[in-house]
Amino acid sequence: MAIQTSKSGQTSKFGQTSKPGQTSKSGQTSKSGLLFSGSDWDFKTLSRAYEAIEAIAIEELHLDIYPVQMEIISSQQMLDAYSSVGMPLMYRHWSFGKHFLYQELLYRKGGRGLAYELVINSNPCIVYLMEENTMALQALVTAHAALGHNHFFKNNHLFRQWTDASAILSYLDFAKGYIARCEERHGVAAVEAILDAAHALMEQGVFRYRRPPKLSSERQREGVRERLEYEERSYNDLWRTLPRSKDGTKASGTDLGIAERKKTLNLPEENLLYFLEKNSLVLEPWQREIIRIVRVVAQYFYPQRQTQVMNEGCATFVHYTLMNMLFDRGLISEGAMLEILRNHSNVIFQPGFDDPRFSGINPYALGLDMMQDIQRISTEPTAEDRDWFPDIAGNGNWRETLLDAWANHRDESFIRQYLSPALMRRWRFFVLADAASEPHYEVASIHNERGYEKIRAGLAQSYDIGASRPDIQVVDVDLLGDRQLRLEHKVKNGIMLEEASRDATLRHIRTLWGYEVSLAAIDAQTGGTLNERSTSQIGE
Amino acid sequence: MPIFVDRRLNPKDKSLGNRQRFLKRAREELKRSIRDRIRTGKIADVDSEHAVSMPARGTGEPSFSDAKDSGRRQHILPGNKHFAPGDRVPKPGQGGGGSSPGKTASEDEFRFVLSREEVLDLFFEDLELPDMVKLNLKEILSFKPRRAGFAATGSPTNINVGRTMRNSHGRRIALRRPKQEELDAIAKQLAILEAEPQSAAPARQRIAALREELERLERRRKRIAYVDPVDIRFNRFDAQPVPNANAVMFCLMDVSGSMGEREKDLAKRFFVLLHLFLKRRYDRTEIVFIRHTHEAQEVDEETFFYNTQSGGTVVSTALEEMHRIVAQRYPSNEWNIYAAQASDGDNFVTDSERCIGLMDGQIMRLCQYFAYVEIIDERESHIFGSTDNGTSLWRAYSVVNQRWPNFQMSRIANAADIYPVFRQLFARQPVLQKSA
Repeated sequence: MAIQTSKSGQTSKFGQTSKPGQTSKSGQTSKSGLLFSGSDWDFKTLSRAYEAIEAIAIEELHLDIYPVQMEIISSQQMLDAYSSVGMPLMYRHWSFGKHFLYQELLYRKGGRGLAYELVINSNPCIVYLMEENTMALQALVTAHAALGHNHFFKNNHLFRQWTDASAILSYLDFAKGYIARCEERHGVAAVEAILDAAHALMEQGVFRYRRPPKLSSERQREGVRERLEYEERSYNDLWRTLPRSKDGTKASGTDLGIAERKKTLNLPEENLLYFLEKNSLVLEPWQREIIRIVRVVAQYFYPQRQTQVMNEGCATFVHYTLMNMLFDRGLISEGAMLEILRNHSNVIFQPGFDDPRFSGINPYALGLDMMQDIQRISTEPTAEDRDWFPDIAGNGNWRETLLDAWANHRDESFIRQYLSPALMRRWRFFVLADAASEPHYEVASIHNERGYEKIRAGLAQSYDIGASRPDIQVVDVDLLGDRQLRLEHKVKNGIMLEEASRDATLRHIRTLWGYEVSLAAIDAQTGGTLNERSTSQIGE
Repeated sequence: MPIFVDRRLNPKDKSLGNRQRFLKRAREELKRSIRDRIRTGKIADVDSEHAVSMPARGTGEPSFSDAKDSGRRQHILPGNKHFAPGDRVPKPGQGGGGSSPGKTASEDEFRFVLSREEVLDLFFEDLELPDMVKLNLKEILSFKPRRAGFAATGSPTNINVGRTMRNSHGRRIALRRPKQEELDAIAKQLAILEAEPQSAAPARQRIAALREELERLERRRKRIAYVDPVDIRFNRFDAQPVPNANAVMFCLMDVSGSMGEREKDLAKRFFVLLHLFLKRRYDRTEIVFIRHTHEAQEVDEETFFYNTQSGGTVVSTALEEMHRIVAQRYPSNEWNIYAAQASDGDNFVTDSERCIGLMDGQIMRLCQYFAYVEIIDERESHIFGSTDNGTSLWRAYSVVNQRWPNFQMSRIANAADIYPVFRQLFARQPVLQKSA
């Protein structure tokens, strides 16, 4: 979501030469046709730049955007925003304080520059601009966030399906107020205990594949409860002594019971927070509401985590293309363009794996390269491209191709669909197989004819959040028996859970569930149980 | 046209609440780390910012995560230079990290800075002056004015202009006081009519009518005052009682020749700590510094901590000086009186008896609490450690100690003892306990 560079750009002084221009700015600019000159900005210039950029974006790139609200903030406020997961409003929690200290430290030590902007997926789309940015940078950031990200938020199917841009801010406002009221009524410690536990399960607090199931109506649930009560009241031990008709029926009877039980509870359930919120026997209504708030926030961010490469790629492609168009039309000066290019190349810097600066694949770099590659394939394809991408190669309409990709993919499917051999060669991708039992890595595939498919599949896989996060589900609970909550971890490729954090997280689940919780590790292929851990083994 | 919002003027420190929550959570560990640091470093350092490392306990944010040392996985990396399929690459040394799956240092391992206030808060937590408010002083002695609405009477300095003018405006509207504009309009009309040379009968009549109207309005304006005494409102103040908690701390320090550099240093450190503590916790506490050799004098803070002086040792002079000052400035029925004394325990031969007399007869009656700290040699510490055996002053004060529950004494042999002794002397106690 945020452009980050290694400590940097905000001090760049490309525009310093034109200091005297400030007084006669309007005269100069209108004569030369430039949108702005010099590094200073004011609201009039920002607005003029925005309008010019928006006009080109709509006319040339056919972007479709939410209305924009630009907010100017200071570096202190940017740090504040960082620590509360980038949202302008957030409830209070100590962990945000911790993140703030961490970010502040990095910033002060010069380890990391601040983002030039932050953009919120809301309607109107809120873009934060740092006050320290030069005017050239503000123009760059406007194109990047106010148009690129904005278009992506409005059109990508994940965001359209899963998030409600117009409601998020008012929801967060409600959440903040609600949690503050809970703190007043029940004490900070009690609220913190619930929030801590819920935060631990945020990863497991999203629906990945479906909308939340329709709730059975209150009356239906009431009926079930009454029936259970009736059975309890009318329990008669005599029935037990009746002879069974056959041995087999008993077993199938309990099987049936389990199946029915699972059905009524909608099991298995991947969304642990949802399950706890709806079914925990020990939570008060306000505690359920807090869990719900955490769950909604987690769900809101879920699409963003699935579309990092695409989102940043789209925004970077948009700003790069728009800035060049502005420059070609003589709307920005060479000095400003140089500054923009310098910041642009900072942002898309990608060191090789053996470089000490390497810290994973830079989504800006990969995203931009893929977008430009699609543009190349549709305008000037090679024979290879025609083989690999018969439906887009040489169709000449790169705009529509890109708009279509932006609307209909997430990182995983996007890479699976569009990563071309040419780009793999350029990046010199390779696959390193890493088995924990071996003392060495093995190079499995490189960028050659045999490796393209594997590299592409592997890279796509690594962006599939559903596959790369531990898959943990609620499988069973006997509400009328010992009420032990049974979780199952599907172990893929023998990757187990880290034990200390697993135990700590189980303890959190126990807090929310109130009774014993057990987690079984099941091998996804063989279905055999690898180990089982329950809260009674952990201790407080 | 986008909407612009300038947020730079918004209140700062939006995340301050989160920071406080975090510090509260990590309190115990932060406290320990600061105390350890100060025990080993300079005491005066407590009065500054401190960098502390992120406490491990209580601030973890666990979640289910994959164990790095199990299973099979793939890394897709850019920048292949010479690898071919099947090549083997040795794993970097244990610990995972290293070049390939580029791991960054965990967020939990960092240091952050606590402000001076936060450090002092953590440092002096759970400490307080015992028995702070004298029972017989619970009656109220002083008052502080506090706003309490409005009154119809009062002194002119307290007029509330806004209220007054609002009343006046309402009354003027209600009584239909003619406005200046109305008068002006009529006067203008009149002037125009009079300026015309020929005066016909209707015009003359009109002029007369207008004159009459003007006069009527002016009369009315005079009758209805612009601001009437009934409009006037005054700010009302209530005298709010302030509970009396006057406190004075006497710091008595021996600076005689027998106190070597080391002893003086330890004693000063003790008082620096005490001084900081009082400044931090009791902003209305007065502090009186008395230093003594064979004679005692009251000095200011600067002199007390930084001046050097030397001479013989007569402890009773300090006690007498304190008694004199109490009698002069701090009547014991109005003040909570505390004293802390530091000495190496040496005293003029017959003076210890005199000290006992003074303490028994006068000082202890006045004092809420008297703490005596004796600076001893490190070698002596294990000889004197537990016995009542000791210097002449120690033996003398032991007698006092047995008679008065509000007397405490302790020994300091090295810098590391200062803080524990300080805590022991000023620990928050429900009731001052004493094994008499």
